[in-house]
Amino acid sequence: MDLSYGAEYEAFRAEVRDFISAHRDRAPKGEGMRSKKVLKWQKLLIEHGYAARTIPEAYGGFGAEPDVLISRIIAEEFANAQVSSGLGGQGISMLVPTLLEVGTEEQRQTFIRPTIHGEMVWCQGYSEPGAGSDLASLRTAAVLDGDEWVVNGQKIWTSTAHLADWIFCLVRTEPDAPKHQGISFLLFRMDTPGIEIRPLVDMTGTANFNEVFFTDVRVPKQQIVGARGEGWQVANAILRHERDSLGDPNVMLSRLNGLIRLMQSETIDGRRVIDLPAYRDRLMRIQGRVMALGFNDMRILSARINQKDASLARMVVKLQGTELRHELEQLGIDAMGELGLAYGKNPYLRDHGNWQTHYMFYLGLIIGGGTSQIQKNIISERGLGLPREPKVAAKAAATG
Amino acid sequence: MDFGLSEEQTLFQDALNNFLADQVGLERVRRIAGGEESAGAVWAELAELGVSALLVPEAHGGVGLKPLDAAVAAECLGHHATPSPFLGSAVMGPTALLLAGGQGERLERLAAGELRIGVALGEAIAARAEAGVSTADGKLNGKALYVLDYGADEYLVADSSRGLHLVAAGDLEHRPLSTVEKTRPTGELVFDNSPAIPLSADPAHLQAVLDAGRVMLAADTLGAAQNMLDQAVAYAKEREQFNRPIGSFQAVKHMCAEMAAHLEPCRAMVWYAGHALSEVPEEAHLTACHAKAHLAEVGTFVARTATEVHGGMGFTDLLGLHYWFKRIGFNRQALGAPELVREEAARAQQLAA
Repeated sequence: MDLSYGAEYEAFRAEVRDFISAHRDRAPKGEGMRSKKVLKWQKLLIEHGYAARTIPEAYGGFGAEPDVLISRIIAEEFANAQVSSGLGGQGISMLVPTLLEVGTEEQRQTFIRPTIHGEMVWCQGYSEPGAGSDLASLRTAAVLDGDEWVVNGQKIWTSTAHLADWIFCLVRTEPDAPKHQGISFLLFRMDTPGIEIRPLVDMTGTANFNEVFFTDVRVPKQQIVGARGEGWQVANAILRHERDSLGDPNVMLSRLNGLIRLMQSETIDGRRVIDLPAYRDRLMRIQGRVMALGFNDMRILSARINQKDASLARMVVKLQGTELRHELEQLGIDAMGELGLAYGKNPYLRDHGNWQTHYMFYLGLIIGGGTSQIQKNIISERGLGLPREPKVAAKAAATG
Repeated sequence: MDFGLSEEQTLFQDALNNFLADQVGLERVRRIAGGEESAGAVWAELAELGVSALLVPEAHGGVGLKPLDAAVAAECLGHHATPSPFLGSAVMGPTALLLAGGQGERLERLAAGELRIGVALGEAIAARAEAGVSTADGKLNGKALYVLDYGADEYLVADSSRGLHLVAAGDLEHRPLSTVEKTRPTGELVFDNSPAIPLSADPAHLQAVLDAGRVMLAADTLGAAQNMLDQAVAYAKEREQFNRPIGSFQAVKHMCAEMAAHLEPCRAMVWYAGHALSEVPEEAHLTACHAKAHLAEVGTFVARTATEVHGGMGFTDLLGLHYWFKRIGFNRQALGAPELVREEAARAQQLAA
């Protein structure tokens, strides 16, 4: 057990701290993602290697070798300083790594630089009304017509579709092939004629997602990543990135501290909620679980550095992290009782209503990005080696 | 950075697991639990492997290892539901003697496996049934219930002002208490002006001894629960109903997945809690409390669920699964039930009075 990052890394940490304290007045605070301030900050971070760190210089990145501890230190220091660590989003976190792996040189040259600099914003077109957990049964079709794909169909859960310049989209191009082999991965502009975006209001009362409809959307033939019919493999590499990034225990820890503060300030009959044993015990129970996931995270980090196996530890993170976070938010609401019902404009609203919003939003995350049930299939089949459920003979007509 | 067990610790773990699998399998567990064989022989064999000497410094004939190494051993013992003393003689005893100082001769005998120390500290956590021990003029009076590693030569005893004492078994009255858990005997001690060796009047020392014991119980539960999960998974792959292995039904595989999802992060938690005991003293108490309480909850869930995966067979004596079920249940109550330990965790952070 060696918990130190080592002198070399601590020197790097000091550098990051110096950078943050010297430049923090330039950091954006809630400005829109297209604002000059955000774009300039992103450029500055890339120049110093605090964003797009491992993206090759040829594509506009900083060009460093991947180093898990360096990435962790950067994330920790920006989080601790409560300073923006730059742009995220599905283009940067999912499309760029994919292009680096399977994109053509021309695609990398065209898309990576503007994407990491925030000049090209992406949305992801995967899920469909009829293709959720069984994503590979998706039916949005693309048919080649001369030098163009003609796309028809519908996507759902498309966050940022209304803000995006481009979409990376899974479409069925080989209707006669088995379902996993008939999918292709297309890139196209969101202002292409034939695209209609409808906001999808969710239980929080906000349109965090959209539905996107495609009617004879014409896409240049070469805007495909990987070969025809290989879109499923391309998409799966990305899904792994997404699962890894959910349920960050550092975020959970700061949320837990917020919960403690809430329970110290709210009162019942003049007594602080934290002083009531029933509530306090629930808090401590959650703290123990947060702690366990935090150590689990350290184990995963360490396994990556030392090339040790921690696959089961990694597989449980999305399931455990989202379920625990939902319970944590629920205790926040319970600590407030009737006040916890406040939502919207209400003089008794606490913490801008974020307990209520997160409580609902994390239910969404339990479902999204691979539902808890799908996670349990993955854990039991890939982690524990239990047999797969026998396949029901597919009805030929149903999926085409 | 390397968060986890070292190569040496992994080798030690493998060696101990192999020994226990070969020498202390389920049939021997049954014989000892049924009173046909004494647990003393197992302890003698473990002492030969160096388990009794783990925490004793080399200067006193020990191996001079750290609490995390002892937690590795505890996990192995839990994994095999090993019927043997451990907590008192290998961990809490030496921890107390080292804190007290000047106990070199006892430490040597502990390391050699010639001295067995039991643990009568339950009343310092939660006195039940009017038990409790008071001190006057260096003599002890009162009683202690559910002492751990019963059948020892000497007992660690806490008095009502949180002082630590050592009392010889010959200087008190004692009787065994029958419990549901047959792999680790418990008993009742009655003190009637019993002479005692005062070890420490510093409540922080008692706390450190309790923390060490709690991390060991958490590690024991980790091992026991992992074994129950492994057995459940193996059974679910083998057992067929409706012409399919039951492990192919989502209802069953999701039970297994939930056990793994709760248990796997516990591994890192136990490692850290063991590490903190000696290396991160400012976090040792809080992590020991949380590891103890959290493993109690997860262990209870796994014990119940793994039994259910086995269907009716899980309920029988034939499979012997109940030895692990009961071991986990014992660990849950010993040295503080989860509610009590969580309250201590709250106090440690000034969140409770």
